[in-house]
Amino acid sequence: MTANAHLEQPARAAPGTPRNGSPQQFGRQAVTAVPMLWLLVFFALPFVFVMKISLAEADIAVPPYTALLTWVDNKILSIHIDLSKYLFLFEDSLYLAAYLGSLKIAAVSTIFCLFIAFPIALFIARQKPETRIFWLALVMLPFWTSMLLRVYAWIGILQSNGIINSVLLELGLIHEPLALLQTDFAVYLGIIYSYLPFMVLPLYATLEKLDETLIEASADLGARPTTSFLTVTLPLALPGVVAGCVMVFVPAVGEFVIPALMGGPDTLMIGRVLWDEFFSNRDWPMASAVAIVMLIVLVVPVMLLRSRGRHSLGHG
Amino acid sequence: MTSLASNRSAAGPADAPFVRIEGVTKRFGDFVAVNNISLDIHRSELFCLLGGSGSGKSTLLRMLAGFEHPTEGRILIDGQDMTGVPPYERPVNMMFQSYALFPHMTVADNVGYGLRRAGVARREVKRRVAEMLNLVKMGDFAHRKPDQLSGGQRQRVALARSLVRQPKLLLLDEPLGALDKKLREETQFELMKIQTQLGTTFIVVTHDQDEAMTLASRMGVMNEGQLVQVGEPRNLYEFPSSRFVAQFIGAVNMFEGVLVDDEPDHVRIRSEEAGCTFFVNHGISSAPGQTVHVAVRPEKIRLSREIPPGADNVVKGVVDEIAYLGNLSVFQVRLGTGKLIRVTLPNLDRHEGTTFEPSDTVHCSWGPSSGVVLAS
Repeated sequence: MTANAHLEQPARAAPGTPRNGSPQQFGRQAVTAVPMLWLLVFFALPFVFVMKISLAEADIAVPPYTALLTWVDNKILSIHIDLSKYLFLFEDSLYLAAYLGSLKIAAVSTIFCLFIAFPIALFIARQKPETRIFWLALVMLPFWTSMLLRVYAWIGILQSNGIINSVLLELGLIHEPLALLQTDFAVYLGIIYSYLPFMVLPLYATLEKLDETLIEASADLGARPTTSFLTVTLPLALPGVVAGCVMVFVPAVGEFVIPALMGGPDTLMIGRVLWDEFFSNRDWPMASAVAIVMLIVLVVPVMLLRSRGRHSLGHG
Repeated sequence: MTSLASNRSAAGPADAPFVRIEGVTKRFGDFVAVNNISLDIHRSELFCLLGGSGSGKSTLLRMLAGFEHPTEGRILIDGQDMTGVPPYERPVNMMFQSYALFPHMTVADNVGYGLRRAGVARREVKRRVAEMLNLVKMGDFAHRKPDQLSGGQRQRVALARSLVRQPKLLLLDEPLGALDKKLREETQFELMKIQTQLGTTFIVVTHDQDEAMTLASRMGVMNEGQLVQVGEPRNLYEFPSSRFVAQFIGAVNMFEGVLVDDEPDHVRIRSEEAGCTFFVNHGISSAPGQTVHVAVRPEKIRLSREIPPGADNVVKGVVDEIAYLGNLSVFQVRLGTGKLIRVTLPNLDRHEGTTFEPSDTVHCSWGPSSGVVLAS
């Protein structure tokens, strides 16, 4: 009844009355206005600022870049757009290497996360509802401590006089400490460890909804457990796989803390390049250009993934 | 009786049983879901397991499919011991109550799933899927997804999927439960037709006694994990072995009484509840003085204003309420002792009003072979 009334309301409005003048319309707009405003203030505006800075030239001033718009003789508005930073991104192979390095580390970490998280999520989803909460709590518990602290804890474990090396030395398995920290290995370990819950949770959410009788039906029709997994469980968990991969891949590309603290001097990731441009070189326009390109590099594959995810969802 | 006898020989009691359930018990912790059941089912039978919820019928079916394992006893299918044989290696297919169609596959892919698992060639899969979909009249829907189908259509697809591998034994868990009444009745007959056509052995689990009566060539009634009685539907209805079966299948009037005379060819039972002595023309070999029950089906009772001459069992009462159901009328008659009994009369003629009106005094009578004496 209420749904009907809701639908008929705009149709019944007298001709000439603006349709969005009705109280329902206003209410709907007011509700969507909050997230819209949020996006505007915290995403669109900063994006415009960064965009603007990336098109300026570096300057020894406060702020350290030239203005885009200046009044000449208070009459003519002149616009200075400098695309040299973007061109420089392609000239200096460092940037390309950093982008590719970030994408590689993020992609490999995402795949590892997927392979580690899937059995965990499946295990939790197959528990009794009462015990699921316990296992989920274990997955989420690390969030209760600061990420920085957890990274420092890993440093404590991996460093040359850390737990692993001490134990191995004590046992006589090695004679000098292994170089675990400041390697790509440490970066992978740190990223996989930190982002694993972001993969487990969306996977769990789809697997938990999976009807157990579908698995029984496939077994009944002659599918061995592996076949059953590949033909039923995995295709039906695909939305969760896509969501989890996006949630791990995107932040991993821009990750700064983990490569900075755990990576070696040759671990090239875009987050560190960005930091160096801002704080070491004080070249804000260059740093902004790096950030804008990174955003484009991320948005395009994510949109592709999302559209594919929606495609597979829409057709079951 | 002749038709029954021929039916029975078709089922072939002389053959080795196709499915043999030997002393099977299933416990979940302290709970006994299935309690020491032994049952033989013959080839090409349509066997119904009838019982209320929690009677253990579904657990028994799941043990046949291999999803649950008997705590005690064993199951043989076609002479082969099924202990330790996983579901995907059993010559059995199941039609699930929820149909369990794969939502990400088309109708054709759902039906072909079992064939592809068996390594059947692609062209052969296509041919057999089309054949099976035509059998269940779903040929035009091969490329739909399950969520684009109605409940009845899904049921057909599920049936096709479970039959396409030509299983020796098909298990059906409440196959018609999700359908509305009219569709259910239509589908019942189709299911029977398909079963006869293919000659597959069907075991159907249901809580609906009408469904069981219509479908089954033989049926078993389950209660609290035990198999209470097994027989042909007619047998179970006319000769229930216990009060539970008499009351579970169809409506019944139950009178408590004391055995006063027990001869090989008849018994007399004095019932305080009915205020009279019943005469039943079959013996039950019990000692006089024992408390027994007499069960009389509502349609086996006649109503009359005068005491019918020569009647063996007559009780006097007053018509309390009448329900007109179209094909028949149900009368509630209150006896002098206060007990209410139920009588159904077919509406043979068209006329305004009924032969009997509420608060009419009537005599309810039935023949010596109409009642059943139940000792348990």
